[in-house]
Amino acid sequence: MAAILNAPTSLLYDGPEWDFDKLKRVHDAIEVIARKELGLDVFPTQIEVITSEQMLDAYASVGLPLMYRHWSFGKRFAYNEALYRRGLQGLAYEIVINSNPCLCYIMEENSMTMQTLVIAHAAYGHNHFFKNNYLFQQWTDASGILDYLAFSRDYVLKCEEQQGVQRVEALLDAAHALMDESVNRYTRRKPLNFAEDRKREQERRQHAETTYNDLWRTVPTPEVIKSLGATELARIQLEQQQRLGLPEENILYFMEKFAPNLEEWERELCRIVRNIAQYYYPQKQTKVINEGCATFVHYEIMNRLHDKGMISDGSMLEFLHSHTSVVFQPDFDDPRYSGINPYALGFAMMDDIKRICLNPTAEDRHFFPQFAGNKDPYGTLRDAWANYRDESFILQFLSPNVIRKLRLFRVFDDAAEPNMMVDAIHDEVGYREIRSALARSYDISRREPDIQITDVDMAGDRTLVLKHFVHDGIVLDEKSCQAVLRHVAELWTYAVKLIEVDAATESVLKTHEVPAQKRRAV
Amino acid sequence: MNIVDRRANPKGKSLGNRRRFIERARAEVKGAVLDALRKRKITDVEGSEKVSIPTRGIDEPSFRQSASGGKRHYIVPGNKEHVVGDEIERPQGGGQGRGSEASDSGEGTDGFEFTLSKEEFLDLFFEDLELPDLIKKKLSEASAPELSRAGYSVSGNPANLNLVRTMRNSMARRLSLKRPKREDLEALEKEVEELADGPEALRRAAVERLDALRRRSKAIPYFDPIDVRYNRFERIPKPNVQAVMFCLMDVSGSMTERMKDLAKRFFMLLHIFLARRYKQVDLVFIRHTSTAQEVDEETFFYSRETGGTVVSTALAEMKRIIQERYPLDAWNIYAAQASDGDNFGADSGRCISLLGDLLPVCQYFAYIEVSESADGMGDRRMDRTDLWRSYSEVAPAHPNFAMRRVGDPSHIFPVFHDLFSRGKAPAA
Repeated sequence: MAAILNAPTSLLYDGPEWDFDKLKRVHDAIEVIARKELGLDVFPTQIEVITSEQMLDAYASVGLPLMYRHWSFGKRFAYNEALYRRGLQGLAYEIVINSNPCLCYIMEENSMTMQTLVIAHAAYGHNHFFKNNYLFQQWTDASGILDYLAFSRDYVLKCEEQQGVQRVEALLDAAHALMDESVNRYTRRKPLNFAEDRKREQERRQHAETTYNDLWRTVPTPEVIKSLGATELARIQLEQQQRLGLPEENILYFMEKFAPNLEEWERELCRIVRNIAQYYYPQKQTKVINEGCATFVHYEIMNRLHDKGMISDGSMLEFLHSHTSVVFQPDFDDPRYSGINPYALGFAMMDDIKRICLNPTAEDRHFFPQFAGNKDPYGTLRDAWANYRDESFILQFLSPNVIRKLRLFRVFDDAAEPNMMVDAIHDEVGYREIRSALARSYDISRREPDIQITDVDMAGDRTLVLKHFVHDGIVLDEKSCQAVLRHVAELWTYAVKLIEVDAATESVLKTHEVPAQKRRAV
Repeated sequence: MNIVDRRANPKGKSLGNRRRFIERARAEVKGAVLDALRKRKITDVEGSEKVSIPTRGIDEPSFRQSASGGKRHYIVPGNKEHVVGDEIERPQGGGQGRGSEASDSGEGTDGFEFTLSKEEFLDLFFEDLELPDLIKKKLSEASAPELSRAGYSVSGNPANLNLVRTMRNSMARRLSLKRPKREDLEALEKEVEELADGPEALRRAAVERLDALRRRSKAIPYFDPIDVRYNRFERIPKPNVQAVMFCLMDVSGSMTERMKDLAKRFFMLLHIFLARRYKQVDLVFIRHTSTAQEVDEETFFYSRETGGTVVSTALAEMKRIIQERYPLDAWNIYAAQASDGDNFGADSGRCISLLGDLLPVCQYFAYIEVSESADGMGDRRMDRTDLWRSYSEVAPAHPNFAMRRVGDPSHIFPVFHDLFSRGKAPAA
């Protein structure tokens, strides 16, 4: 490394071919820039070179290096493979795993310039984000995830041996359908520790075996209920609700703890699925800021490498070509348009933050008095990367300049009206409107339906009652809702009812009901 | 920082999942496989098959907000001319801003396409079919001796000398007996030469050492007969692994394109099926009107002829070709005949006698009667075609002879399935 520093004009590599020595040299040079100049703080990295087929494998298991077996991963594999073979879709250049050490998979097909870009992007950009962002710190256990995945894979395998593949598959099908509704959104937990968790689980199991759950025996019969007064009834119901911890937003958690007819291994599988869902929860909320962070970091690093004469002009052009296609944002009327590109938005915002820190205009000073002109772009960005998620990041940092650059505008769509209406554009009046609406569109609680388990009819037929709190009159998709409810009923083994109520007025909009489902026979 | 090369790791980590997925989507995949088959040539089974299946049975549901209704705000980029208050027509199929959500999840409502390997394709296709027991027995009995490597021997034909083994033995022997190396000999010879003018005692000692080495080198030969090894071959009986398939078809005017298409599908199935069991499958196409002729596939299916119908000419041609080209001890013979059942009245007797000759040498002979009407299976008139009547006389005596009627493309596979279904002897 000293040699590199002493001879700053020497190229790190030349030509498109890569080898392990070059990778090492490039990584070391990037590390110096990332740590010293950008002040990044990362997990140790492990770079793994894989083939395109292995990349497809990694895609299939939702980007995780090990995963239990399930047909849906095979489906994803077949789907991606078909797209890739037909040339409709290129493969990602890398996949990075939020673990400690941080695993970066890079493809052997990449040219040396692409490998450099990928190392900067994944091994430093994403890695820094994973290590520092509060959501990841709070919700994921980077050092334990690989062990936990290994445990869950082995556990599923064991279940399949003991219970048969079909039963396990049916249970996993049901659990997967509820994945999105099986994360703890609000309760702050103490830091996760998968190893300890497993030990606790075993103890819990032993305890459950030696004690008996009184819950189901003490259900008052209809006769008893009839004889009770209104206040008494309300008291019993409240007691029940408390006992069941209702309302509960984490459906699989509820099933794991309270579903009356699940076997122990089924409860453990529910637990595995919801733990994995929880692991992904931060990623869902940080698409823009995470990709923006990685893109910004690789852009900075590549430019600095070029400035120091460590990569050639040809490499720089190759890099710029792929960088611009990554941050390309098609217009809404472009056939390629499929929503806002998180890379484009994230990178544009971060690049703009840097500009605001260094060369603010009067408008910037007005909008961002906290950091405009503070001359510390990396410190400001590091703070943003650590303490924000997509929604709050956009709400705090989307500048009028970026809105103008992307020419964002807001369309209001009221199903009651025949046409949609443009109600804000990139002008003085519209900036704040657009900013808050865009932020809201990244708010996970708006993107995903707010569904909670609110009641169990303990006195009657044990019907499970779920409520969907409807915002702005957007109800659930009827078909998929029915299908998911059937899965819920499979787990619950009694009837299930989902009521869609307006969040503001509490008026019932729609009710879906599913009778008790027969579990698949052995 | 570590760099690990994982490229050599075992491939196909997803194979298990993939198999499960296909298992899951079996019904859909199977339908698609049958569909795909309709579009192919008989010999065109090499390579893999793309199948496109609907996502219905393999749906992964989750709670989703419906794509329409309610009040929504979309933020979209690339404003060109809109100002506040502009009205935009609502695009079909959900709002513009939500386009990505549907594609993110990878689940359009229309099916998706993926590629089955040839093996997967055929496995699905012939899922529960097998050669009838009778034929399988013949298959394993039919044998032709074949040379196969069987280790090494100390005697043999010079052509079979195994150099590697021989050299290895020789080297081991030379090393263990300490045969002097050539370099040592040369060094010593040089030393003797240099000492020619030197002190006598030294020279004599060197010469003695050299003589000793030479003696030793002579006594221990470079090659010895005990080193020599030969490749050994054994004759082992190999099951007969080649088959010839005769496709016989009536191409007279009464056979319409549609009927030929039906016949083609049946031939195709049989070919694919045989190709799975045999290393090599020859195809012989014989078409006939009042005379028979061997032709290539293209002509067989797509050229039209006019003339009467004398079925026996085709059978005679088949018999001739078998005698000429396909000795019975080397070939398994399968035949499939397709016809609309018309035959020249007086020809039936000759057909029966020819069949009597052919059936004993054939592994399997299938007669498919195609008819114009879609409900050919139930057409009473068909019971009385000349050929059907005369073949019915032969059938009972020969379990390897089967006859079926087909009136509609959808019957092809059931009929084929019926003929070869597992554990069921073909019945006429």
